[in-house]
Amino acid sequence: MIWNETKECMSRDEMTNLQSARLKKLVDYVYHNVEFYRKKMQAVGLLPSDIRGIEDITKLPFTTKDDLRDNYPFGLFAVPNSEIVRIHASSGTTGKATVVGYTRRDLDIWAECVARCMTMAGIGKDDVIQIAYGYGLFTGGLGAHNGAEKIGATVVPMSTGNSKKLTTMMVDFGATAIACTPSYLLYISEVLQEEGLLDKIKLKSAICGAEPWTEKMREELELRLNITAHDIYGLSEVMGPGVACDCKFHKGLHVCEDHFYPEVLSPETLKPIADGELGELAFTTLTKEGIPLIRYRTKDLTSLTHEKCECGRTSARISRFKGRVDDMLIIRGVNVFPSQIEAALLEVKEVTPHYMMIVDRINNLDTLEIHVELSNEFYTDEIRGLEALTKKISHVINQAIGLSAKVKIVEPQSIKRSEGKAVHVIDNRKLY
Amino acid sequence: MTAKQLSVFIENRKGRLSEVLDVLKENGVSIISLSLADTTEYGLLRLIVNNPEQGREQLAKAGFSTLLSDVLIIKIPHVAGSLQAILKKIEKEDINVEYLYGLSIESEQAYVVLKASDAQRTSKVLEENGIETLLPDQIAKL
Repeated sequence: MIWNETKECMSRDEMTNLQSARLKKLVDYVYHNVEFYRKKMQAVGLLPSDIRGIEDITKLPFTTKDDLRDNYPFGLFAVPNSEIVRIHASSGTTGKATVVGYTRRDLDIWAECVARCMTMAGIGKDDVIQIAYGYGLFTGGLGAHNGAEKIGATVVPMSTGNSKKLTTMMVDFGATAIACTPSYLLYISEVLQEEGLLDKIKLKSAICGAEPWTEKMREELELRLNITAHDIYGLSEVMGPGVACDCKFHKGLHVCEDHFYPEVLSPETLKPIADGELGELAFTTLTKEGIPLIRYRTKDLTSLTHEKCECGRTSARISRFKGRVDDMLIIRGVNVFPSQIEAALLEVKEVTPHYMMIVDRINNLDTLEIHVELSNEFYTDEIRGLEALTKKISHVINQAIGLSAKVKIVEPQSIKRSEGKAVHVIDNRKLY
Repeated sequence: MTAKQLSVFIENRKGRLSEVLDVLKENGVSIISLSLADTTEYGLLRLIVNNPEQGREQLAKAGFSTLLSDVLIIKIPHVAGSLQAILKKIEKEDINVEYLYGLSIESEQAYVVLKASDAQRTSKVLEENGIETLLPDQIAKL
């Protein structure tokens, strides 16, 4: 099943024409409504009329996460707050949130995109779907929710945090689909097994995202739960989940290209590269009103293909992600930058800002352990003093990144120093 | 009279304790008493040495995290109930005993190292009760 055959299966020429028309309109719109873009274009001597088609997109300057941060909270919004009907936010590099706003039309388009993805995952109006992403500032919960309602499925807004209730309802409600992070689904499969419920569930499809996962992980999930699992991609800056998703052929993720124009850039030159070559993914939001983004650099490494898929869709596809161009980590679905840990530790006088993050996946849940060096002089000779210090560090880190971490205090000078770029992370998960 | 205790933070790693002792030995710092408090991940080594400042300086140079704190080294007659009698006097003043360990035992008497929530007040309490404590120069001679 294809949700929107007109848009998802249009010929490449038609798509190019549509994207060209939308880009022209978008550039004109941001030039007149967002000072940030107007100044950026003026700085390079660019007028809206210089953009005559999608091929001119390379003339436009890039936008980055730092730009969103620098214009915190609403500086990049193109409409007054009276037009904004919802705010979402994700964590930024320095603890300051990246804030996005949606107009009513933006929410409609978002639901449309998620509806396409759900349909790609074989989910429809006869399905009972549990949404087990967090509901709140994070785009996962509400984003998936609205899309699932749009296709007419029976939506169960589970949110996260109560696996027992989730598995019980999965059985009792006869849930046929679930939306959550892949690691959470793997955990759920174990809970089901422990409770002897595996043969009582009616699950047939899962739509998983918000963190990178491998082909092997997909096979594992499909085997354990006897389902098909799909990879849904999105980022809050661009919209949230639903920017792209893979169909039953699993040969890359179909981008909702009429709304989000994808480019893959050479990491060296930042120029678009040929299909099949690995580079940094950038998106231009062709139809967004609230916070339109021009050539937003995602820092995700992938490649692009424009070949028609066996499923009939003609939309561009991005490959499974191969890594990041920056040091951002995704832990339990939360974006974490090592620099956030550093900034937090600077507030604690008893320790040095030398640290090592050890990320692992134990029983299918991400774990974060942080080793922190005690300074040469310490302030207690009591165990409870050290325990209090450990707690204090955990607390400031939790405040900074929104995740709980196990803190271990280590001796001064014991964390390996590196001569070039400091190594702050040991990631033992096999994500890419 | 309070005395200085040298504390060293050590991770629970093989050989770490002897590295501390190596540094002290090389610098002629002799240990009069010690106590090791440990958890699963780290330990706190508390030392009474003949020259705490020197010991601390050398250990810091060797990269250890150290601390000097005030403790009381109390002389106790070798008679049942004498430690309890002393502790009662301290507790009566609403002072907390943080930890306690033995120093050495002679035939007539023993010494304990006591860390109190308020070292100066404890010192006064002991003085008022005529309880002897070891002075830094006495420790250095032990």
